[in-house]
Amino acid sequence: MTVTKTETLPVRSGDDVVRVRQRVRALAVEIGLGLVDQTKIITAASELARNTLDYGGGGDVCMEIVQAAMRKGLRLTFEDHGPGIADIEQAMTDHYTSGGGLGLGLGGAKRLSNEFHIESTPGSGTRVTIARWK
Amino acid sequence: MKTDGAEVLSKTVTQDEAAILDAWNAALREGTSLQSGRIREAELQTQVKAVFGQIRDALASGGLDADAAGFASLRETLADISRSRAIQGFTPTDTANFVFSLKEPIFDALKRMLDGDATALAAGVWAAGKVLDRLGLQTMEVFLASREEVIGRQGQEIAELSTPVVRLWDGILALPLIGTLDSARTGVVMENLLQAIVDEEAEIAIIDITGVPTVDTLVAQHLLKTVAAARLMGADCIVSGIRPQIAQTMVHLGVELNVVSKATLADAFAVALKRTGRKVVRQQAPAEERR
Repeated sequence: MTVTKTETLPVRSGDDVVRVRQRVRALAVEIGLGLVDQTKIITAASELARNTLDYGGGGDVCMEIVQAAMRKGLRLTFEDHGPGIADIEQAMTDHYTSGGGLGLGLGGAKRLSNEFHIESTPGSGTRVTIARWK
Repeated sequence: MKTDGAEVLSKTVTQDEAAILDAWNAALREGTSLQSGRIREAELQTQVKAVFGQIRDALASGGLDADAAGFASLRETLADISRSRAIQGFTPTDTANFVFSLKEPIFDALKRMLDGDATALAAGVWAAGKVLDRLGLQTMEVFLASREEVIGRQGQEIAELSTPVVRLWDGILALPLIGTLDSARTGVVMENLLQAIVDEEAEIAIIDITGVPTVDTLVAQHLLKTVAAARLMGADCIVSGIRPQIAQTMVHLGVELNVVSKATLADAFAVALKRTGRKVVRQQAPAEERR
């Protein structure tokens, strides 16, 4: 699997979340994702970017276009250095929220992407990686 | 011998005025300000003359502190100029260059005046650099502040424009949402809708999200809150304009809207008419059929 393009965007304010969505849309169009898949990865990115901002206190998102065999994909890595998640299983549960949201963001992002990986160390931060393949 | 840079500079600027002005005008002519066609040469020369006169007077009043009282009128003139530059659409470079392009003519004049006296020359150059840099920065500050003012005003206008509540029929309101739904805008939207429900004595409010590019859990939550608030006021909501890709995404997200929803605004309007006991009929059959 090779990475053909890498971009990094900061997530520090609500405006950045909008910018992340716009960039993800552009990259999704670039690798030729259909309208439904575009919308899915954009929505997943929106959820994770807002998590990074609201719960992680801001961070960065790394966007990569990856190529494996004949397939192209979009891989997004959201990283923050916030308080981390103590119980990942609980955080992934639908309708559980530690803030004021609907509690569907993490689980929803997982269902909206082909690959989902989360790692978190309490006290040092969280990193979520998702990918959507064409 | 102790050399006062300010004094040297002031003397040079006063004595060599004509030559410096010529060189400054020439430098500005070479720049891109005139070529862009946003300003006429006569206008530029008037500004050059006014600013130069004030620089000379300010320097004569003593001191190099561009924030001091002696520079007050010069600061005002420069602020006016850069404000008009910002509105006329000049680039930041063009605007800053108006002041910075004066450096070379003044340095040249100092060189002519103080040929051989290296200490005095260095003092004069340093003094000129200090004053002009400060003036250039002030110009940029005003330039940016004016731009920000324009952007801020546009932002407010967009916020107001993009949340209209329209009356479709007696007791039926529509709220076409366009663009990104952040918390600040959603607040305005909800307030407008609830007020309109009171004003129009509405029974049904149609929230159309055709123009909302992404519906994530936050947008869904905002919608749910708006719907719940409208319901408390006695109005039923219909959400319309849910495109196929948005519908699929919402299912995967696990969001349930628990409101009547329709694919298009027209469908939603038909439902609203039906619920309020009305129906749309053709006035009469077309002329040919009647015969």
